[in-house]
Amino acid sequence: MTVELTTRRVLANHLDHPKNLSEHEADFGPINRLSITIDVLRDSGITGRGGAAFPTAKKVEFLLQQRRVTRYVVVNAMEGEPAAHKDRMLLATNPHLVLDGAMVLANLLNADSVIICVAREHLKTITQVKAAIAQRGAKRLQGPSFEVQSPPGRYVAGEESALVHWLNSNETLPQYRPTRPSIQQIGRGGVLLDNAETHANIGLIARHGAEWFRSVGTATRPGTTVTSVTGNGKAVVLEVPYGTAIRSILSGAGIHYEPRALLLGGYGGTWLDGKHLDVGFDDDSLRPFGAGTGAGVIMALPPESCGVAECARIVDYMAKESARQCGPCAFGLPAMAEDLKALTSGRNASHSLSRLTSRSNVIEGRGACRHPDGVIRLVRTALNVFAEDFSHHAAGQPCQFAHSARVSYIPHQSDVKDLEWE
Amino acid sequence: MRRNVTFRIVVDPIRCDGFGHCAELAPELVTLDEWGYPILQAEAFPQSDREIRRSAQLAVRGCPRQALTVQKIIAAQS
Repeated sequence: MTVELTTRRVLANHLDHPKNLSEHEADFGPINRLSITIDVLRDSGITGRGGAAFPTAKKVEFLLQQRRVTRYVVVNAMEGEPAAHKDRMLLATNPHLVLDGAMVLANLLNADSVIICVAREHLKTITQVKAAIAQRGAKRLQGPSFEVQSPPGRYVAGEESALVHWLNSNETLPQYRPTRPSIQQIGRGGVLLDNAETHANIGLIARHGAEWFRSVGTATRPGTTVTSVTGNGKAVVLEVPYGTAIRSILSGAGIHYEPRALLLGGYGGTWLDGKHLDVGFDDDSLRPFGAGTGAGVIMALPPESCGVAECARIVDYMAKESARQCGPCAFGLPAMAEDLKALTSGRNASHSLSRLTSRSNVIEGRGACRHPDGVIRLVRTALNVFAEDFSHHAAGQPCQFAHSARVSYIPHQSDVKDLEWE
Repeated sequence: MRRNVTFRIVVDPIRCDGFGHCAELAPELVTLDEWGYPILQAEAFPQSDREIRRSAQLAVRGCPRQALTVQKIIAAQS
């Protein structure tokens, strides 16, 4: 992982170690007396960086409207997305900026505890966050208490209801929420849960104000996004303003070939045809192409690769990562993975293509969380972008790269029955 | 102002284990997918339609996992 020079806000002044509190204060200014008002938060127009792009001010307003004695601020740094590295990079660069954001939000909400969630597999990050918390403890600041929690790092563990369920009852399983938007609870306390990058940005808004924040990015998605770019075998983390042309992000990351296609957002994200490289990386620009920024992941698919095979590998991974609570996800995703496998090899693939489309329509929206919907989004955009390849594969003529697919990184997965949820 | 009350049934997908009783009891509201899990009619039915209300009730009561609920939708009619 390397960092390239671009617009650096939350990744400013990268050192070879996580900044300690005095280095942090020298860079960004003192942390005592930091505060934010709901008006500043609303004016900044900051949206969540975890993928859903929900306005953070709205979440805070929901919580402020409710009469609750206890409130919690949760920092989501789970990063279950295999292609994403931004939260870890952020906490390895400016951990105190994330804590600053959480602190001002906790003070705004009158919450007395901040919980930072890091997957237990990310041992280095856990140590870094704990060290940062200890440095603040030594300063005897007023404000919320900080603690680190480390749930198992499954893909769905970072989903908000799964994470809050872990904090309540030690199981990282998503929950059914009949009404949306729903307010999560720890015990009887209301929970404000945001991505680590969102918190870091709020730490900066508290210092520089809403207007400064809006000075880069687009009108609807102000500020920067920390993107994790893969495509050369290694992951590069880049901070760029929303709306930056994808071509310049790729060249910033050292990818100089013309990719066939791009996977945007993550493994539950969207494929974009390689000819749209001059489109800006923000949701409004990408929407006409059926794509979105998601959690800031960009994976470039080299010319000598097979989109069908890559899609099959990713869907197979996602199917195994299902929590297996809801039938349509537990049975539907493996069935879709099987269809894609048949298409990859081109054997008995004649019905797989139409079945893939009909199964997508049947499964969509029938899980308790959005895990199956993400996979369906991925498959639908793949059917669109790789339409020609899919028809060749279905006709029993797979391309020459189908059997050497290795672009997308698939983490090691333990056997289904050994999966850990608690 | 008259109120226009409609209803639909909703399923808790985590509770549902695919027994399929609902599709037997309320075939006009529920069909099953290839794995035996219910696909519910998305459109809402008028509360005044007694026959449909009766089968919705049967499906809700007949679910061995108690995964179904009737959701009333109250919309103001102009």
